[in-house]
Amino acid sequence: MSDIKKFMFVNRKAPYGTIYALESLEVVLITAAFDQDVSLVFLDDGVYQLKKGQQTKGIETKNFSPAYRALEGYDIEKLYVEKESMEARGLSEEDLLVDVTVMGRAEMGELMDQQDVVLSF
Amino acid sequence: MLHIINKSPLTNCALDSCLRVAQSGDILLIEDAVYAATSGNAFEGKIREAMGRFKIHVLRPDLEARGLADRIIAGILPVDYGGFVELTTTNKNCQSWL
Amino acid sequence: MSTIEVEGKTYETDEEGYLTNLADWNKDIAEYIAKTENVEMTEQHWEVINFLREYFEEYQIAPAVRVLTKAIGKKLGADKGNSEYLYGLFPYGPGKQACKIAGLPKPTGCI
Repeated sequence: MSDIKKFMFVNRKAPYGTIYALESLEVVLITAAFDQDVSLVFLDDGVYQLKKGQQTKGIETKNFSPAYRALEGYDIEKLYVEKESMEARGLSEEDLLVDVTVMGRAEMGELMDQQDVVLSF
Repeated sequence: MLHIINKSPLTNCALDSCLRVAQSGDILLIEDAVYAATSGNAFEGKIREAMGRFKIHVLRPDLEARGLADRIIAGILPVDYGGFVELTTTNKNCQSWL
Repeated sequence: MSTIEVEGKTYETDEEGYLTNLADWNKDIAEYIAKTENVEMTEQHWEVINFLREYFEEYQIAPAVRVLTKAIGKKLGADKGNSEYLYGLFPYGPGKQACKIAGLPKPTGCI
């Protein structure tokens, strides 16, 4: 198909403190139905969305982190984490609940350049 | 005085401003500010420096929600909601750095 | 807010009939909702309902039909992992209708 576009979702907010992370995830799940070339990028505090071991009982909020593991079933397999953001938060790949590609800021900038549509959350 | 912070130290300068202006007292980190209480965070140096002047608390349920309850910097005191209320009553006044 | 009454107990639903509290769900409620949808529950229906419950337990979302179809095919075999089979069981959609019977929210992106 020639009408496939490259969509990138840029996630820069921590989960729970604001609604952005959850909204982004919902839009991503809906977008998956349109068979586009979708990538998800996690940088700045957005990396925290993927932290393992989230337990939200105490704040009486839905823990939506398990849904990131469902993305593979939605054929969304391009997940990128910016290395500098991850390291500035004391996190490593083992702390994340899904397999991601870790890349430096320059490489990530290039990847953004290549997109047709960038949605920022 | 009790200072309440609810923003991540890496995206908002609320905690920075608080540490710059306030001289002493209690600081309570809640919501996205709990990231400031975790070891390895780029803000850790500033928090450690502030621990001499302030008593720093962190709301544990917010830390648990974010999967970071096992990363508290030694010396920062975790509190539950009861502890939160107690901090607001034992201090004569309180400021939320929004 | 709407309610349904099953075995003498009242349960909250939304205006489309989806259970408000996921924890309320039990097999009697499933049978009741199925009846209102004109679906007669068989072993094959329960297989899909149980699969949906497990999927939700694991990922905290109700799967889109396409994802459900693929996942069912993987787990229960290709003869069941196709829309013909699933729509045969749940004429109003394995997403919309089966999720309602399974006590789950409507799948995200399901119109």
